Amino acid sequence: MDANFVEFLWVLLLGSLLGLELIGKVPPTLHTPLMSGANAVSGITVLAALTAIIKAGDSPVLLLLGSVSLGFALFNVIGGFLVTDRMLAMFSRKPARKENS
Amino acid sequence: MDVLKYAIELVAVLLLALGIKGLSKVRSARGANQLAAVAMALAVLGLLINYLGTSGITAAAWIWIIVGTLIGGSLGAITAQRVPMTSMPETVALFNGCGGMSSLLVALAAALYPLALEATGPVALVSIVVSVFVGSITFTGSIVAMAKLQGWLSTPAWMQSQLRHVVNIALAVAALVGAIEMLRTGGGATGLWLLVAASGLLGIGVTLPIGGADMPVVISLLNSYSGVAAAAAGFVVGSQLLIVAGAMVGAAGLILTQVMCDGMNRSLVSVLFGGALGASSTSGAGGGEYTNITSCSSEECALTLEAAERVIIVPGYGLAVAQAQHTLREVTRVLESAGIDVAYAIHPVAGRMPGHMNVLLAEADVPYEQLKEMDQINPEFPATDVVLVLGANDVVNPQAKNDPESPLYGMPVLDVQEARTVFVVKRGMSAGYSGIKNDLFELSNTSMVFGDAKKVLGDLLVELKDLGLGKK
Repeated sequence: MDANFVEFLWVLLLGSLLGLELIGKVPPTLHTPLMSGANAVSGITVLAALTAIIKAGDSPVLLLLGSVSLGFALFNVIGGFLVTDRMLAMFSRKPARKENS
Repeated sequence: MDVLKYAIELVAVLLLALGIKGLSKVRSARGANQLAAVAMALAVLGLLINYLGTSGITAAAWIWIIVGTLIGGSLGAITAQRVPMTSMPETVALFNGCGGMSSLLVALAAALYPLALEATGPVALVSIVVSVFVGSITFTGSIVAMAKLQGWLSTPAWMQSQLRHVVNIALAVAALVGAIEMLRTGGGATGLWLLVAASGLLGIGVTLPIGGADMPVVISLLNSYSGVAAAAAGFVVGSQLLIVAGAMVGAAGLILTQVMCDGMNRSLVSVLFGGALGASSTSGAGGGEYTNITSCSSEECALTLEAAERVIIVPGYGLAVAQAQHTLREVTRVLESAGIDVAYAIHPVAGRMPGHMNVLLAEADVPYEQLKEMDQINPEFPATDVVLVLGANDVVNPQAKNDPESPLYGMPVLDVQEARTVFVVKRGMSAGYSGIKNDLFELSNTSMVFGDAKKVLGDLLVELKDLGLGKK
């Protein structure tokens, strides 16, 4: 556990530094889509929810908790990516594109 | 199997990072978003393959996975398709809250069944505490933010007084007590539920008093929190991928929040603890009645527009509410066909979220090149004949420059009053979101055109066509 924990701390540290560096200058146009896209990525908790379900064994409460958690996370992920795509589709310059009104 | 697992995880992290990076450039943004989605799918696939190769996945687990996937996924897809572009900020807040809820539920599961999830020991316990705390705050805070933006909730009066700090501190202390109790008893239920309740209420208490232009900053901050919650959940279940992705979103969200604060010339501290802009200003310098308002009909407005050479449109939340972006585009098309130069001035926080207006106008096929940022367009106002302010208020308030007593003082604004004529399309004389009087409305070169933005623009279109514009 301890060796793992130290390793995890390194991962946390490097991940945070990466996140700080990734976004430098963002044009205001993209603030909303970026927020929305990053928000979809934060739905990565699907992995945690899946783990909970798989390790649940035959505990119904744990299965249910995991499943509800998975539902919430996927709502976040799928909704987030789709809505971001909808927003960004409108920025493409082709005038023919006018699907969502 | 291990090699495959690590390979998939590494590729997923790489793609996620590239995705977030690409999202900050206009040209690459759409592809980057799809890349991030692929990365996410890959991560899920990698996890499933890994478990299939090791412990296996029981039939019961599969059923619950499929049920959760179908319900959550389809609701998400439907919401994403149905929601109008005008309520994007609320939607992001809603999605974000659900992400927080997901982390909270995983942490609860780990707290209640530590043996099954192999979440024993002090490290797991601390991770659970962090995950529950941040997850609860993210969930309730985001839901409150959404409800406020939708207009379902308004801030109760006591929440605007100093009393709220006392209440919030009490809640924070209660959450701390719950956390300590949990650590002391090695995951006792009393401490757990106290922590859940107190941090949930804290999320409400902190978000509820915040209003006006500050709301987007809060949503961005909550978005950063949901990343932190995900990273904490990663510690709970022991997933490095989760930790990296969560940390990345947490840090990137923080940067984005800072960028937004800079755009408004506000510090994060004053956004979080300063309360609603103008909450106390009704009695202060910002308040007062309007005494010298000129109003005019859409006909007069059309006549002035016809004679103009250069017109700048200032869109605001009113335009979004009225869903008038398409009508606006028709009006500007008519103006352009008559050789009138049209530009759009986009204040960084116009609407309820930065970029809100860009999204809205893009939907109506307004060319990207015509959208001008504040610093770019402010020097151009003196050479402009007509400014059409559509449902914007605080972002064109000259008080922010002239009146050191005003709560808005210091916020960068659009200098629309420099133009020859300013038309303000507005439903009535009610104050803006911040509740502060707008000195612009009383200036001699300002005329008010009262009415819903869509109706006024529709009338303008008719009048302009009557004048023979747009017919060539």
